[in-house]
Amino acid sequence: MRIVLVIAAVIVLGVGATAYALRAPDEVPVSVAVEPGPVELTAGRLLFVDDASGKVASVPMSDPGGPRRVSSLSCKRFYTAAKQGLCLADRSGPFPGSVSIFVDQSLTETNRIDVAGVPNRAKLSPDGRMASWTTFVTGDSYAQTGGFSTRTGIYDRETLLYQSNLETTRIVGMKRAEDMNFWGVTFTEDDRSYYATMSTGGKTYLINGDAVDIAAKTVRENAECPSLSPDGKRVAFKKRVPGDGARPWREHVLDLTTMVETPLAETRGIDDQVVWLDNDTIAYGLPGEGIWAVQANGEGAPRQLVPHASSPSLVSG
Amino acid sequence: MYIATARQAPAAGGTGRIAGNVLALGAVSLLTDVSSEMVTAILPLYLVLGLGFSPLQFGVLDGIYTGVTALVRIVGGHAADRWQRRKLVAGLGYGISAVGKLGLLAAGTSATAMGLVLAGDRTGKGLRTAPRDALITLSSEPSALGRAFGVHRAMDTVGAFLGPLVAFCLLWTLPARYDVVFVVSFCFAAVGVLVLVLFVRDHRDVLPRVAVSLRSAFGLLRSRPFRRVCLVACGLGFLTLGDGFVYLLLQKKLEVDVAYIALLPLGTAGVYLLAAVPMGALADRAGRWRMFLAGHLALLGAYLLLIGGSGIALLVGVLLLHGLFYACTDGVLMAVAGPLVPDELRTSGLALLQTGQVLARASSSVLFGALWTWFAW
Repeated sequence: MRIVLVIAAVIVLGVGATAYALRAPDEVPVSVAVEPGPVELTAGRLLFVDDASGKVASVPMSDPGGPRRVSSLSCKRFYTAAKQGLCLADRSGPFPGSVSIFVDQSLTETNRIDVAGVPNRAKLSPDGRMASWTTFVTGDSYAQTGGFSTRTGIYDRETLLYQSNLETTRIVGMKRAEDMNFWGVTFTEDDRSYYATMSTGGKTYLINGDAVDIAAKTVRENAECPSLSPDGKRVAFKKRVPGDGARPWREHVLDLTTMVETPLAETRGIDDQVVWLDNDTIAYGLPGEGIWAVQANGEGAPRQLVPHASSPSLVSG
Repeated sequence: MYIATARQAPAAGGTGRIAGNVLALGAVSLLTDVSSEMVTAILPLYLVLGLGFSPLQFGVLDGIYTGVTALVRIVGGHAADRWQRRKLVAGLGYGISAVGKLGLLAAGTSATAMGLVLAGDRTGKGLRTAPRDALITLSSEPSALGRAFGVHRAMDTVGAFLGPLVAFCLLWTLPARYDVVFVVSFCFAAVGVLVLVLFVRDHRDVLPRVAVSLRSAFGLLRSRPFRRVCLVACGLGFLTLGDGFVYLLLQKKLEVDVAYIALLPLGTAGVYLLAAVPMGALADRAGRWRMFLAGHLALLGAYLLLIGGSGIALLVGVLLLHGLFYACTDGVLMAVAGPLVPDELRTSGLALLQTGQVLARASSSVLFGALWTWFAW
């Protein structure tokens, strides 16, 4: 009798769970206007990851809300600079993994590097030579601590030098600690100096690093996912602000000459490494709300560029 | 009055049948561990990728609950003894954790709500451990206690083994559907509670009606043998490195990719799983206390290997010794302590011992973490 009860419960719960799993998710189906045509890295096109298909797509910057062209390249993050592209894609098996795929102007693969962890950030230096990416490694999930870390790799496409993890970087004036994590790299024009986030002891720091010396110094506290402006004079980053939500960040822009920091007009929590469309405007993705843009001087109001999209980057002229 | 030595006598056991109650409790633990390890394995992914929490927030969420469970354990143990309702208290613990799986869905993106749900889950775990172990001791033949715990811990470890596999396979077939993982995890936990309700019998012998107070629980420490067990277990606990550190050191020495840290605990668990029953039976014959101490020698061997070993011998040796350490100590300690505590205070006594051990290990982790940061590089 008791056995029958248990079996009945297993059947009921099993059927219930299966029905739940098969039930279509709540979201309304995404419908976006698509136009035929190849996706290419040509000046004036805004590239992004299309929510509906998970593939790289593009719109003209002159009509970002208009119909999009969708490619066959699947990525979690995509970034383009100097008419080259970097795609950080899922390489899922029973354990999470990623792959960094380099593509040329017509999105044809030229090279790939397998990376451990879940895709998070990807960026190229302005001339496309230096590539960097960040993944989340939840590797020790079997361990009792349930720990968690980020891994950030840097790849020099000219010397083919590959640093699989920034964690060996020496921080000037700081003891190296086991809990140091690095993420969100943005390179300067010299293809050697970069800005990134480093966290240790429960705090985050904006660091200015040197990819050749494998050393860095801290610039200021509480700054994540930096992004350098095209003129290299300012850096945008997300800063933690008090709040209970999952995305307690406000995007700020720091003037590197005066060290004056300006909060931007966007008050929703941005969890993204933003991109600069020009020296006055940044663009970013908001989960479920598409790609938005806002002025970099703290004025104006945010406006939507592309619905149902994430991971923007602009092909510059 | 505190020493029930009369029941500890014959050393010939280890061949008798395992009590139905122990098997039922093993099944409950197996199902519950599948459920909880499913969640543990994917929780960081869910918080960061599903909800957008920063890695830092996760660290904070994860770090603050050791004290909560310590307190809950003592109170739960006391309640179970006071009303002699071990099954009820254990069931409450299993139930809270089961409901918590649905709470994960409801918590959404609120850090506070998520913190409360996780605290609830730890509370449930704190509540159930001592009454469950007390039931095992009360349901088993005293001479075969080591083997009974071995069987229970082996079943428990099977659950811990399967949980992450189930979770990752679900996420593999249904990408990003963390909600499905939580629902399935709830189903496992619910079946676990049902098995507990239907198959586990509380030990309702006519026990001497003594007033059970919190003071009498702590008064157990006046008994010399029990005090010695507690002191030695806590002292050794303080000298024990957290598992995380062992795997981290192993990964550093072997210079394998950090992602493979995930697979190292499988090695320990595998050895534990296979060795728990034989080591428990051996403990019944050769002496449980001796076995407990020998387990720590195995651990010492693992540490020495971590310092001096290299290559495949290092990997296999450390995981083997680490797994043996668990097989010789975890259940065996409960088998040592059980008979030292009178039946009516059994849960309180085991709760006290477990709490001391948990706190000793936690402070050792904090201390070692600080030392590591200070000296390691």
